[in-house]
Amino acid sequence: MLKLGVPSKGRLMEQTFDWFGRHGVTLSRTGSDREYAGAVEGVDGLELVLLSAGEIPRELAAGRIHLGVTGSDLVREKLADWPAQVVELAPMGFGHADLIIAVPACWPDVDTLDDLDAAAAAFRRAHGFRLRIATKYHRLVRDFLTRHGVADYQLVDSQGATEGTVKNLTAEAVADITSTGETLRANHLKILADALVHQSQATLYGARGADWQGARRSALAQLCARLGISPGDLA
Amino acid sequence: MAEKAAARAEAARLVAAFRAAGAVEVEADILQPAEVLLDLYGEDIRARAYVTADPLRGEMMLRPDFTVPVVQMHMAEGAEPARYCYSGEVFRKQEHPTARRAEYVQVGYEVFERDNPVAADAEVFALFARLLAPLGLRAATGDIAILTAAVRGLKTLETRKAALLRHIWRPRRFTELLERFGGQAPVPPSRAALLAMLAAGDRPETGPHLGLRSEAEISTRLAALVEDAKAPPISAEEVGRLEDLLNLEAPSPAALAHLRDLARDLPAIAPAVDRMEARLDALARAGIDVGKLAFEASHGRTTLEYYDGFVFSFHAADPELPPVASGGRYDALTEVLGQGRSIPAVGGIIRPGLVADLGGLA
Repeated sequence: MLKLGVPSKGRLMEQTFDWFGRHGVTLSRTGSDREYAGAVEGVDGLELVLLSAGEIPRELAAGRIHLGVTGSDLVREKLADWPAQVVELAPMGFGHADLIIAVPACWPDVDTLDDLDAAAAAFRRAHGFRLRIATKYHRLVRDFLTRHGVADYQLVDSQGATEGTVKNLTAEAVADITSTGETLRANHLKILADALVHQSQATLYGARGADWQGARRSALAQLCARLGISPGDLA
Repeated sequence: MAEKAAARAEAARLVAAFRAAGAVEVEADILQPAEVLLDLYGEDIRARAYVTADPLRGEMMLRPDFTVPVVQMHMAEGAEPARYCYSGEVFRKQEHPTARRAEYVQVGYEVFERDNPVAADAEVFALFARLLAPLGLRAATGDIAILTAAVRGLKTLETRKAALLRHIWRPRRFTELLERFGGQAPVPPSRAALLAMLAAGDRPETGPHLGLRSEAEISTRLAALVEDAKAPPISAEEVGRLEDLLNLEAPSPAALAHLRDLARDLPAIAPAVDRMEARLDALARAGIDVGKLAFEASHGRTTLEYYDGFVFSFHAADPELPPVASGGRYDALTEVLGQGRSIPAVGGIIRPGLVADLGGLA
């Protein structure tokens, strides 16, 4: 069987079901709405696996699922050298969110990465430690800031309520996902003009490390034909 | 890369040679407190070093190099002058599939010596060159002190020089800053609007004050922005000379002659160029063929940022391989780790695993 990992609840699951439905592949949950079991109609040899969206990158990397739907931000954050581990088969056009860097709105002197870098240098001199950026996207943000040559900052881990860290004095800036920017504004933060770290959307991935032999290969071909996409160099 | 046993055999030979050169062999813990390394190297080290947690001591790192613990040890208890050597595994995370090892042996030699830095530079390089001679490696050298002197000699605001000096090790940002300070890059629209408002005596309307960065710090930077906007750009001649310097790659005698030429218009680099000449003389006396020794002005700009003078590396013919040996002068690091004290220091490391792969020294 070809295993397809799909987020197990909420908007992301519903929109994934709708997206496949529009392509003639019916995904559904079976049993009670507390039971994580699913069914597939329209493609032979495809099995639905309901998982937490955050665990799908890891399961893809391990090859325990063949295909998976999750946010492109999660794949890039959780997998080192992600293109070596998964193939991007189809951007799905929903679940849009931008990973951005935001600073207090009361910093009129900081609007770009160049400003952030200069402010970080002065901050370190004044306070004796590096300017703290709260985030849960450590790899994405670190790679981005390294690429742009920003120094004198440190990342502090924040798994939730990240926008509140500045007010609570546990960080000076934040790097977080936003779609409308409303939570940032409500917390008196503003987005830097040139610090769009990643534009994320729900994406269908294939696992390079999964077993693609025999019937699985024909199931993939059948599914890709239905979805009107190319299996890339997977099969 | 060679099996560990082969690497260890080469390491033992190198340690014996370093001891014979007068070094005391020292040890360092594999688990190092993360805080010191993070403060020194910044977030980049997190992408390169393994971080682990100790239940009582907090965040620890598997040592990414020996330099920091050896400097700390010397600053705490060492007598001067001192020569140390060491041998052991270091650990570097690899984020991409690569032939480079995440765990390999380093053998190092470090000299803490106050009186004659140029002679100490030559001593370390000549020792490495003599030991590695059987492998027929290509050596390259550079001198970060010439670059920093050139930046310090620019006729512009101290704040601009400080910004450029911070980014010597980040060539992309350095180039961007130089373009902006040279008036070659456009002012971002948001900055132009802010400056216009400040020039009119207004302060932009913002939300309530928030966070640890104080209003005084914000005002200081706003004033610095106004000062920067008023200052004339760094002249095209000066930018050109700096770029000429950064791109300089030549055999040492030709490089020295070119630097002497540059120093006529850029007198700030003259003392550093004098030291380079004295170092070449010392290297020649130590038996190095300086006529063929490559000098690359930007050598060492993409390493971890602690070298601040002479830098060198030894390379095998295969460009995929990491340097077989590398090192340099790190006077400022001893100041950072010395809590008020400092001592000129120079040293380097050899990778005995690569030495074994290339045929060994036996």
